Amino acid sequence: MLEVRELAAAYGDLRVLWDISLEVHTGEIVVLIGPNGSGKTTFLRTVAGLHRPLSGDIRLEQTPIHTLPAHQIVERGIILVPEGRRLFGGMSVLENLELGAFTARARVKRHEMLKRVLDLFPILSERLHQRAATLSGGQQQMVAIGRALMGLPRLLMLDEPSLGLAPLVVQNIFEVVRDIGREGVTVLLVEQNARVALQLADRAYIVEQGRIVDQGTGAHLLADQHVRRAYLGYAPRAGTTTDRSASLRE
Amino acid sequence: MSIETVAQNLVFGLFVGSMYGVAAVGLSLVFGVLKVLNVAHGELLMIGGYVTFWLFAVLRIDPFLSMLVTVPALFLLGVVLDRIIFRHVTRLTGEAKIKNSLLVSFGLSLILQNVVIQLFRADERSVQTSYSGTGLTAFGIVLPYTRLLILVIALVAILSLHTFLQRTYTGKAIRATAEDWEAAALAGISIQSVYLLTFGLGAALAGIAGTLVSVSYSITPSIGLAWTLRALVVIVLAGTGRILGAFPVGLFLGVAEALSATFIGPAYRELVGLVIFLFVLLLRPQGLFGRT
Repeated sequence: MLEVRELAAAYGDLRVLWDISLEVHTGEIVVLIGPNGSGKTTFLRTVAGLHRPLSGDIRLEQTPIHTLPAHQIVERGIILVPEGRRLFGGMSVLENLELGAFTARARVKRHEMLKRVLDLFPILSERLHQRAATLSGGQQQMVAIGRALMGLPRLLMLDEPSLGLAPLVVQNIFEVVRDIGREGVTVLLVEQNARVALQLADRAYIVEQGRIVDQGTGAHLLADQHVRRAYLGYAPRAGTTTDRSASLRE
Repeated sequence: MSIETVAQNLVFGLFVGSMYGVAAVGLSLVFGVLKVLNVAHGELLMIGGYVTFWLFAVLRIDPFLSMLVTVPALFLLGVVLDRIIFRHVTRLTGEAKIKNSLLVSFGLSLILQNVVIQLFRADERSVQTSYSGTGLTAFGIVLPYTRLLILVIALVAILSLHTFLQRTYTGKAIRATAEDWEAAALAGISIQSVYLLTFGLGAALAGIAGTLVSVSYSITPSIGLAWTLRALVVIVLAGTGRILGAFPVGLFLGVAEALSATFIGPAYRELVGLVIFLFVLLLRPQGLFGRT
């Protein structure tokens, strides 16, 4: 479905991505893990059209999309839930959800999609007319995911949906992501919480310093020595700085 | 000083303030959404005034009726300016964006002024309708018809804008873009189209304000800067990001000026706005309606 070849990106003179190639097949849940600053967010922003690549190409079903503006990429069904949720804080929850269905394609189905989103996140029914900024972090994340679903994604990209949320809420969010995947939406997930993410993943890529250093099925990577040491907090011998920072993130 | 005199000045303050309000809301809308400070906003207002004047002087069209032409014309002018000039500025980010927006719009204001001088000469112009100078008297207060119409038109314009922004899908897209343009783009909103429409609306509001100004003051090609500055004072007082909050603050400034002219003396009229400006910045830097 999504095919990325030799993608490179930079912010001014600062190179962030080198030669990223990956594929996401229809119906898969694919996870990207890697340390802070490794370029995962830049990668998703580039696919979503918020950032122009230096070189390489991004194709959706063989059609190049990396020259399109962001709203046309949304129109084609690639929708990003950005890092930090980025809700329209001064607007109501309902308005946030409605805006998710802004494209002509999604707008005709907005009433049935709203029902589905409220089925997924029943708590939001009570909050529809509240300003989005007044919700708790977990509820804001629900609105952010709900807003993306309102746009009828074929490929849903999520950037760190668990960031700053309580463990119980994280569990709930990941269950919903799993359900969304089961309903046929392809998912590309970037996540710090490597253990949970890898359990969810059909396949995963490890990104370090702007390059893909490993890939495999979720189960395969969960068992991998390097992944266990760097991302899951199992160290044969505790003490090295990378191990400590990785376990702190856990 | 009689109570009638005070009430009379208060009412005239409201009339003047409604023009401040409309001028400021246009500037505030463009600033809030495009994050561009259009110094040429006052020149757009001035051009609106000249279109009204021209339609009145040449075709004898009533100034209020001529808004049916003036407002769409200014909307189109705004769209063209966004397309050929401001599109290149809104693409920038951070400091480059604000600096370039100031430079470009300041240059534009000079160009627009000189174009109007070529077309209409620098003489003062005004629109005198058959009903100018007549009006109602209620409780000893004189309410000239032109001034009453100004207030009504200002209110209708602002309420229509409010309804548009709150109720329609497009209006919500404009508000969403003002809050976070990247998130808006990720919702499938074309940011360029929102900018184009918003700049057109800002110019249309300047056109409305220009018409209102042309029937109450005389106009010259150089009035633009004074209106830009006044609109700027109003939007800073209201708090940036509070687009429609600029209207009540405009009314407030008009009333404050009128009352200070009554109680302190006409010479202090301009000063009072700046003093209020200073105190608000000191005591409530987020503006009267701003959220912290």
